[in-house]
Amino acid sequence: MSGCRAKQAPAAAAAPGKKIKIAVDPVTRIEGHLKVEVEVKNGKVVDAHCVGGMFRGFENILIGRDPRDSSQIVQRICGVCPTAHATASVLAQDKAFGVKITTNGRIVRNLILGANYLQSHILHFYHLAALDYVNGPDVAPFVPRYKRNDIRLNKEKNAIGVNQYLKALEIRRVCHEMVAMFGGKMPHVQGMVVGGTTEIPTAAKIKQYAERFKQVKEFIENEYLPLIYILGSEYGDLLETGTGWKNVISFGVFPLNDEETDFLLKPGVYTNGKDSALDTAKIKEYVKYSWFDDSTTGLHPSQGKTVPAPEKATGYSFIKAPRYNDTPHEVGPLARMWVTNPELSPEAQKAGFKRMRDFGEKAFSILGRHIARAEEAWLVAKAIEQWLSEVKPGAETYTPTEVPETGEGMGLTEAPRGSLLHYINVKDSVIANYQIVSATLWNACPRDDMNQRGPIEQALIGVPVPDPKNPVNVGRLIRSFDP
Amino acid sequence: MSLSRREFVKLCTATVAGLGVSQMFHPAIVQAMKEGAKKTPVIWIQGQGCTGCSVSLLNTVHPSIKEVLLDIISLEYHPTVMASEGEMALEHMYEIANKFAGKFFLVVEGAIPRAANGKYCIVGEMGDREITMLELTEELGKKAHAVLAVGACACFNAGIPGAAGNLTRAASVQTIFNEKGIKTPVVNIPGCPPHPDWMVGTIAYALAHGIPELDENGRPVMFYGENIHENCPYLKYADEGTMCETFTQKEGCRMELGCKGPNAYADCFKRRWNNGVNWCIENALCIGCVEPGFPDEMSPFYEG
Repeated sequence: MSGCRAKQAPAAAAAPGKKIKIAVDPVTRIEGHLKVEVEVKNGKVVDAHCVGGMFRGFENILIGRDPRDSSQIVQRICGVCPTAHATASVLAQDKAFGVKITTNGRIVRNLILGANYLQSHILHFYHLAALDYVNGPDVAPFVPRYKRNDIRLNKEKNAIGVNQYLKALEIRRVCHEMVAMFGGKMPHVQGMVVGGTTEIPTAAKIKQYAERFKQVKEFIENEYLPLIYILGSEYGDLLETGTGWKNVISFGVFPLNDEETDFLLKPGVYTNGKDSALDTAKIKEYVKYSWFDDSTTGLHPSQGKTVPAPEKATGYSFIKAPRYNDTPHEVGPLARMWVTNPELSPEAQKAGFKRMRDFGEKAFSILGRHIARAEEAWLVAKAIEQWLSEVKPGAETYTPTEVPETGEGMGLTEAPRGSLLHYINVKDSVIANYQIVSATLWNACPRDDMNQRGPIEQALIGVPVPDPKNPVNVGRLIRSFDP
Repeated sequence: MSLSRREFVKLCTATVAGLGVSQMFHPAIVQAMKEGAKKTPVIWIQGQGCTGCSVSLLNTVHPSIKEVLLDIISLEYHPTVMASEGEMALEHMYEIANKFAGKFFLVVEGAIPRAANGKYCIVGEMGDREITMLELTEELGKKAHAVLAVGACACFNAGIPGAAGNLTRAASVQTIFNEKGIKTPVVNIPGCPPHPDWMVGTIAYALAHGIPELDENGRPVMFYGENIHENCPYLKYADEGTMCETFTQKEGCRMELGCKGPNAYADCFKRRWNNGVNWCIENALCIGCVEPGFPDEMSPFYEG
């Protein structure tokens, strides 16, 4: 195996002061198509470009359709987190249709999305990220792998990792069974609609959900969380690597009241060390370096346009660059846990961290993001326990709706991988405009019109690449964001 | 243990309806797969998709995904699962495709965009040159023993990426093969996503006995041979004219809510989904995701 290609002779790696370029394409074990190009000087990344390599054009495909179709169509954006797209779509529709959902409808939506949070976090850590820290068996698809891949676990700990990888395959399947219990099937649920959900939970289905949940919760407490803290002790330097902008944003998710004003994970913004309330009017999408027409740059999503320009010379990605107050912000579990700053698991308390912000600077790191994700899985599991005690068998989950002639709405939620915004505008009872600002746009975007790097690009700066043929830390950094 | 074609199809189709556990793959199938496969190389590539087909494959129960990966196939390339990345991964993929030319199975997930010379989906880079999904489908398609086109995007009119309003001229595998004159057999396994049994069952059959019997849409008859409405557990309500008026009313036929069961051919009604816990019509309604007309001809999905 040649490893990753260095664009100059590998010998240049050792030459101090000289820059070499490394391209990784495809970046694997992510959802979608991504390339990264880094410049390395004196063994550290000094510049980075993230390239989103695919465009499908959902926003254009949605125009002219029945607004209710959107909750189905948008789920196909991502097969790992379709429930989050369904949630954003139905929240936008609830507003555009002027419908208020029932208490049981809200709780069942939380149970559907919550189960997929657990599925997504477990799938992400074990099946996407873990092979950066654990060696799989010596057969495909676990080989080939980098020759010098910096796996530091001893045989015994590595075996724990591999066994958990295999067990996690079953656990995430069980999470999908929980989603399907009230959502119909997974991936891509039928049951999430404007006005609520389509299936009133029976006592029998609640029981089946709860039985499966127990197994998942035990896995999170007894295996996932402890393994994350083992990695923390074996890969301590990765708690100081991959800082980035240290700006985060959360839209809030899992409404705890019927007014949908209080959330398990709170909305909020943290910029240059200061907390502030979320104001969605401050969101704009820039396209100077994206393969979209320049006339569409700097627009708020409610005015957003999607005009691809694949040959545009200044473009280098199919991802637009969303900014809050013209500043790049990271989204995802770390952002949510930083904004909410909840009490952490007993596992974290043992290690001396009572709340997320007790990690301080270390939270903004490769392993900090994995810790935040695992802790969030634990937090959501605790909340599911609560919702299971609140959900009422037999109580209505759906409020009948009618497609309005005109209307608009913004659906704000959080996908497991980060903040998600859907905007719908209905005219003549069909979709006149639909705009989607997903988590990967925030994190994996290119530079904006002000030439500021995207969050992953910025977090790559300073990442050690001592061996350009085996740039393991580049992949580790990217995957810590779950793009 | 070896199973005849007939026994094999019987086992695949004879899922047990109404017993709660319906994904009854017989242990003999797992055994037959292990023997027949001898870890046949599989290359899985992704175009304009959502990874939902791959995630659905992970939901297979019998055989488990662990058995599929470790004992049955040799998954030499899969962008979401493999340890490898970058040029190392692509080099390995080409090496396997050449070494096992005419023998490996190619799985295509996602649509293949033709506009802008294929630039709407770049799958990797070798020696400074970008490789498009369009080029890769053509190159590997020619060399493969057979292609499994999984999911709505890779079949028929290319699913959501190929729907009205798309700007990328997204196409299915068979469309690309027709345009390029590629003769490699294509098996369509549609669905958005396909049920894991449809994917694993087709791979199992193909490994043991070759290409299964296909319908006029290139779909295995053993999974897509029956009309959903005609076999629906709620058919009795349709016959007596009892129709559901809202989504949460369950004693009735879902047709007036927008159910596309009458236009859809698949065995969801007996196989059910996610280890048998539920399925679309029990929960809400069918949107016809296994059919060539999905999504445009199935819209609006919800009429309740």
